Amino acid sequence: MSANPAASATSESAEPARNLLVARDVHKSFGQTEVLKGIDLTVTEGEVVALIGASGSGKTTFLRCINLLEEFEQGSITVDGDPVGYTDRGGSRRRLSEGRLAAQRARIGMVFQSFNLFPHMTAAQNVMLGLVKVKGMAKAEARSLADHWLARVGLADRADHHPYQLSGGQQQRVAIARAVAMDPRLILFDEVTSALDPELVSEVLGVMKDLAKSGMTMLVVSHEMLFVRDVATHVVFLDSGRIVEEGEPHAVFKNPKSDRLRAFLGRFTDIIGDITAR
Amino acid sequence: MTYNFNFSVIWRQFDVMLWGLGLGLLLAVISLAIGTVIGLVCGYAFRTNNKTLRGLVWGYVEFIRNEPLLLLIFFVYFGLPAIGIRFFDKYESFVITLSIYAGAYLTEVFRAGLTSVPERYVEAAKAIGLKPWQTQLYVVLPLTFRIVLPSLSNNLISLFKDTSLATAIAIPELTFTARQINANTYRVMEAWLTASLLYLATCYLIAIALRQIEKRYSVIK
Repeated sequence: MSANPAASATSESAEPARNLLVARDVHKSFGQTEVLKGIDLTVTEGEVVALIGASGSGKTTFLRCINLLEEFEQGSITVDGDPVGYTDRGGSRRRLSEGRLAAQRARIGMVFQSFNLFPHMTAAQNVMLGLVKVKGMAKAEARSLADHWLARVGLADRADHHPYQLSGGQQQRVAIARAVAMDPRLILFDEVTSALDPELVSEVLGVMKDLAKSGMTMLVVSHEMLFVRDVATHVVFLDSGRIVEEGEPHAVFKNPKSDRLRAFLGRFTDIIGDITAR
Repeated sequence: MTYNFNFSVIWRQFDVMLWGLGLGLLLAVISLAIGTVIGLVCGYAFRTNNKTLRGLVWGYVEFIRNEPLLLLIFFVYFGLPAIGIRFFDKYESFVITLSIYAGAYLTEVFRAGLTSVPERYVEAAKAIGLKPWQTQLYVVLPLTFRIVLPSLSNNLISLFKDTSLATAIAIPELTFTARQINANTYRVMEAWLTASLLYLATCYLIAIALRQIEKRYSVIK
């Protein structure tokens, strides 16, 4: 790590593998229960990092800490050189103002398990809201950008539909378009296929695969092990609030070192067969 | 039962009755609009951590809900001038009273409405970088209005019926005109029957119209 935090932010194009996300010793408790017990993670530009683990392992909580939808008590998260959520002034840790937080969140995309499309807006309006109100884009320009991204996720003909007129898979693709259109540094995906009917999962994963190919930096909480194996560049296994194992997916899936990961993967192998087989 | 109905005197003054009806509607709509603003502000006040503010709002809501409306009308129209506040004519005085009255009920409506906007939409708004006030303006408020629309409709109908109390301070709305016709012609049954039917038809039409609007805007499934 650089001694001068500004140095990493200014090295825009010099280094090819820029660290986009650096999490150091992140701790988080819900009341008495500590759910994150010191998470260290570095994501470089263009990487697709998958967070896997049993429910309750802390992966979603960690994801939500990155754009401060959850507070964390200790440690630091830096996105593109910018420390997220808190500032250290004279040794005391202070939460940033809501305005600063909003500006930081605008650079971090997020896609939710339950889509969370604004129900009173059409697909295009959902995509446009951030462009117009946060980025200050003119309506016409925002509309054409929304149309562009809706077409990219295969929904050119659904731009003027309301969420309730769309299937779950379509809603989730609109949500992805909404996140991508903001041109974020990285996008967080929080179990985005878990609420979908099985036959709709692949259309969403397909869109995510395209995004990954286009070089988007992605942090993905997922139970779709085949997707993780094929698309992730790096997989991180969490167990009770700690990173237990991480590495290149094929290697990690083939030779799990910990009993925990072996047991976790075993549950999937029962359903989909050998994960490491082609 | 030897009452002979004679509606001819009613027809001769039917336009006066219709004007009275229109006036009542206008008073109700204005009061609903002002009451909505009061209800929204107080609904938000209920959600702050400020105990004094919440206590004040609670006091206001409980006071209004446990006083008869007619008494409030007299209080504002006769009471305020007695202590030196004489800026309002009877229309303004009535609209102020009915707005404050509606505001108390609408405070409850909006408090519940604001609470029932699912948190996940607020999170989605935060996640795209909207500031807190933008999140309220573009996401929470539009959803709240859609959620409370049926309550607003019911309140409008209630308020319209409550405008009949304006008779007590000689505002020439429908009930007042009916009473005038009654007093001038002694056609007791005809006057009150016509007024009743006009109230019934109007309330019914409002309900039907508003249900169409509710259908149009109920986008949260």
